[in-house]
Amino acid sequence: MPRLVSHPDEVKIVSRRFGQGAANIDRYIELGGYESVKKCLAQTSDWIVNEIKSSNLRGRGGAGFSTGMKWSFVPKQSAKPKYILVNGDESEPGTCKDHLIFLHDPHAVIEGTIIAGLAVGAKSGFIYLRGEYRYLLEILERAVADAYARGFLGKNIFGSGTEFEIITQTGAGAYEVGEESALMESLEGKRGIPRIKPPFPAVVGLYGGPTVINNAETVATVPHVIAMGAAAYAELGTPRNGGTRLFCLSGHVQFPGVYELPMGYNLKKMIYEVGGGVANGNQLKAVVPGGSSTPVLRPEEIDIGMDFDQVGKAGSMLGSGGVVVIDDHTCVVEFALRTIGFYQHESCGWCIPCREGTDWLKKSLARFHAGFGKATDIDNIQYLAENMLGRTFCPLGDAAAMPTIAFVKKFRKEFEDHLNGEPCPFAREGVPHLTVV
Amino acid sequence: MSTETISIFSPELATRFDALVTKYPVKRSALVPMLLYAQDEIGYLSDAVITEIAHRLGLTELDVRNVASYYSMLRFKPAGRYNIQVCTNICCMLRGAYDLYERFREELNIGPHGATADGLFSLEEVECIGACSWAPAIQVNYDFHDELTPDLVPGILADYRGRAQAEGSKNHA
Repeated sequence: MPRLVSHPDEVKIVSRRFGQGAANIDRYIELGGYESVKKCLAQTSDWIVNEIKSSNLRGRGGAGFSTGMKWSFVPKQSAKPKYILVNGDESEPGTCKDHLIFLHDPHAVIEGTIIAGLAVGAKSGFIYLRGEYRYLLEILERAVADAYARGFLGKNIFGSGTEFEIITQTGAGAYEVGEESALMESLEGKRGIPRIKPPFPAVVGLYGGPTVINNAETVATVPHVIAMGAAAYAELGTPRNGGTRLFCLSGHVQFPGVYELPMGYNLKKMIYEVGGGVANGNQLKAVVPGGSSTPVLRPEEIDIGMDFDQVGKAGSMLGSGGVVVIDDHTCVVEFALRTIGFYQHESCGWCIPCREGTDWLKKSLARFHAGFGKATDIDNIQYLAENMLGRTFCPLGDAAAMPTIAFVKKFRKEFEDHLNGEPCPFAREGVPHLTVV
Repeated sequence: MSTETISIFSPELATRFDALVTKYPVKRSALVPMLLYAQDEIGYLSDAVITEIAHRLGLTELDVRNVASYYSMLRFKPAGRYNIQVCTNICCMLRGAYDLYERFREELNIGPHGATADGLFSLEEVECIGACSWAPAIQVNYDFHDELTPDLVPGILADYRGRAQAEGSKNHA
């Protein structure tokens, strides 16, 4: 069972019911659950969309797009059925927040899905969980069955005459399926290969119908926004970055864990106060601020507020909320190699720059890390990565290239230290040397 | 009663599949879950599994194989009864995942994707399993074990050996 943590600076909104047995429907109701959807049933769809828009809630999957805006793109009239698709394919290295949401508060996802459905006029929603989360799927399926038994889902939800169905789905292991168009392909029973955009899913999505695709945390936040009011929620964060988010602190931090902090919370403070600083009395070398695809920050760059705009200004991304702390005993080349190894493994192979680029980067970095690098390799690695940017259907190519470029640019000295037949200067006695998997 | 006259799956799974194919707007949407659930029961995607699933969904076997080959959890060869999946992605790596993996390898005396002679354990290195804040973490089949150290490895293995024994004797009783 993943350990829950807490810190006085936390503002618990999405994590409010964690550890309180809210996977049980009665307990969820006791804790104020399903009140927001009732409130929405008494309102117009425009009211719901405007409420979410003015809450400044932005997508928690990584892109940070305005949730209300996304909902407003769905056409009012549609010949084909409209769908809500909840993305619980959480696979971005560094990210484990949806894990806790499905474990502790599955009804919040269900309630948020119904509200999204009411907002855009969809009659069914799909909740897709990664295949590895089987025990969470079982918890979710139980919660969905309980919601049906109470009449919260079905042909006549809450006796309102409105219909809403939820279908759960399991993946079977694929990072790429976390990308929205690949997610739809997977749900349609195909290989998870991205679709070209436009058309965007809001117009032509799942089974050809208009589709809203939201991250599980985003959806779980929706009932709270409705309950507390858009203005109150927006106020918790910074301008254009409403509310709070779940930050997953991991790596060489003294107290790793998932902490819910206001948007804009200072990164340095997050690491040194919330996380208790670098573990084992070591020094900070680097921070990956938002999951493995976000460019690394150096220690002198972390005095920033953690919201989409401020991290963007610092040359990185807030991403999916995975804050990975790296100490000064870590080899950046090895870290870069492990990162690119992941993307090489997960590239679906559809777009050549990504398929070939990740493979060559992995080969080059592996050779380099093993002490067989040449001075020209450093520029070559950067050049290769830069030529992947923006040349693929989906963001996986960028997700592999961006961190690689940052590692080379910001830690060039460490790359140079690997040259001239020298093996890794950070190699430790007794620790197996990372080889190509 | 399953719609398939002769099914290689248990009656429970066959009935579940009958329901699954009607659950979605399009029958084919059941494909990925069916492959995974079939693997859970049979152990891997055998030729017979592919044939029956293709038949149930009205797809060609090639189409089913094409989809199955995309997903990393799906396999075409048997694994051990307890498949140990050690995450070595960045967050787990920083907290000693490779030491952990090495310890499993030593204790089991098998290499990547290998299985022990008694068929009890297999071992593989996997990508991020979504337990980053509780690293290093592993999955044994679907069970998560987190905040591990190499010292805990023998205990984990002993626990699963015990389970296998208990289940074995129950089956014989």
